Amino acid sequence: MDLIDDGQEAGNAPEFTVSELSGAVKRTIEGEFGHVRVRGEVGRVSRPQSGHVYMDLKDDRAVIAGVMWKGMAARVATKPEEGMEVIAVGRLTTFPGQSKYQLIIEDIRPAGLGALMAMLEKRKAALTAEGLFDPARKQPLPFLPEVIGVVTSPSGAVIRDILHRLRDRFPRKVLIWPVAVQGDRCAPEVTRAIEGFNRLTPGGALPRPDLLIVARGGGSVEDLWGFNEESVVRAAAASQIPLISAVGHETDTTLIDFASDRRAPTPTAAAELAVPVRLELAVWTEDQGARLTRALGQGIALRGQRLADLSRALPRADTLLDTPRQKLDILADKLPQALSTGVQRRRLALSDTAGSLRPAALRRLIAGQSDTLGRLSARLGPALARFAAQRRRDLDHRAARLQPRRLKAEHETARRELDRLSARFTAAAQAQLADWRRRIDTADRLRETLSYRATLERGYAVVRSGDQVVTSRSAAADAMALEIEFADGRFAIGGGAKPARKAKPAAPSDQGSLF
Amino acid sequence: MTDTPVDEMSFEEAMKELDGVVQQLERGDVALEASIALYERGAHLKKRCETLLKSAEEKVAAITTDADGTPVGLKPVDGQ
Repeated sequence: MDLIDDGQEAGNAPEFTVSELSGAVKRTIEGEFGHVRVRGEVGRVSRPQSGHVYMDLKDDRAVIAGVMWKGMAARVATKPEEGMEVIAVGRLTTFPGQSKYQLIIEDIRPAGLGALMAMLEKRKAALTAEGLFDPARKQPLPFLPEVIGVVTSPSGAVIRDILHRLRDRFPRKVLIWPVAVQGDRCAPEVTRAIEGFNRLTPGGALPRPDLLIVARGGGSVEDLWGFNEESVVRAAAASQIPLISAVGHETDTTLIDFASDRRAPTPTAAAELAVPVRLELAVWTEDQGARLTRALGQGIALRGQRLADLSRALPRADTLLDTPRQKLDILADKLPQALSTGVQRRRLALSDTAGSLRPAALRRLIAGQSDTLGRLSARLGPALARFAAQRRRDLDHRAARLQPRRLKAEHETARRELDRLSARFTAAAQAQLADWRRRIDTADRLRETLSYRATLERGYAVVRSGDQVVTSRSAAADAMALEIEFADGRFAIGGGAKPARKAKPAAPSDQGSLF
Repeated sequence: MTDTPVDEMSFEEAMKELDGVVQQLERGDVALEASIALYERGAHLKKRCETLLKSAEEKVAAITTDADGTPVGLKPVDGQ
């Protein structure tokens, strides 16, 4: 109100347009608050698609709107969350279109140890839930690595301590990957170094280490903060090469310690975890050699001892033979005695036997035998008679069963049958004979009818030469003599051939029948 | 026993086997022939261990990187 009143009083005061005033305010604010650090609690946070992050910063009495542009938001390590106590660094600007002002935040980080630790716990819980700190993920360290990769600052006490201790224990090849160990560059560089070592190929121009040490000396929580960053933790967890973390002092714990395969309290301790002591190994090796030789020697000595013991326990050959030899002597001594005793015993037995062998005894034996014979003979006669009688009885029994009547009847029947058959046979035979005679007479009459003789009756003649019937002239011409048969007899004439002699007288006429 | 030839064994492998050989031999329950063979193997393993122990040398180098952080070479480092 004062301003208006003043204005009314100072009516000559120049008039601003809204834009002019707004611009003047903007210039004033931006000029005056071009770089501020403000501490406060994060209020409402929104992260729209654009990538910018809008948030309120507040305390118990006031609120200031803040924005973190997209590029800045990606670079800043701390992710502002509601309720977080932060220190924001940036500049104030106005937004004239809405009569508003806001803080353009260029960096933001947790304010104070408590806030930092709270954030750390939260991150740790998230990564634990993800399984990154799982004991099953831990790899065993190599017993004796050939090449050790060290991720640390190239200058300073840390690398010197590590190299010293390595040299003391077991000199090895060491590859240092120089990194910033604090500040904004720390986390990305350490991440890149761990990943870079893992990308090297074994036996390449840059030899791939068999073991990694990520080391840093002691410092404040803020100094060590880089080793709490998620990218570093993830790189350590993902490392194929076994990794020892040695960040800060023994009491400092960073998240990389949970992800590494082993945690060393100090860089020196890391070197001790990394390699065994060469001298101790040399002593051990020497000792093993000595044990080896001793064991072999002992083995042989033991066997020698055992052999000697056994040899001693082995009796002398003579001793072994003593007993049998003595036995032999005793037996040899006893032999003649035994022989004569044996003969004597047999002789005694013989005389015993011979003594009992006397005629009387024989006779007694024979008498005994003939007694038996007599007894048996006496039994023989009656036995035979009994047997015969038994047989006879059997025969009689069977004969009695033979019945002559039946035989006779059978005989009669057979005779009658025979007589009947004989009569039938006689009748049949006579009939047969009469029949045969009739048939012969008939045949004979037929024969007479058919005989050539009947032809002869009619005037024909049969010409014969010897026994042959001559039927042709040439046969007659060749014949020596011819005979002509007529019905009433035969008549011989000379043949066609020259008669060698006088024709035979005619055969007697009664010779006719060929039958 | 591993199949790796003794002369290609790592120190750890050789050490482990040497230990086994010594213990076996010390138990004294191996045949004489076998114990001599064991002894010879043990001696060989011991020699391998000694060779590896003798070959220990220090060599320190730092990796040099280009602007993108890609390793490009090595730079010797004074062991101090």
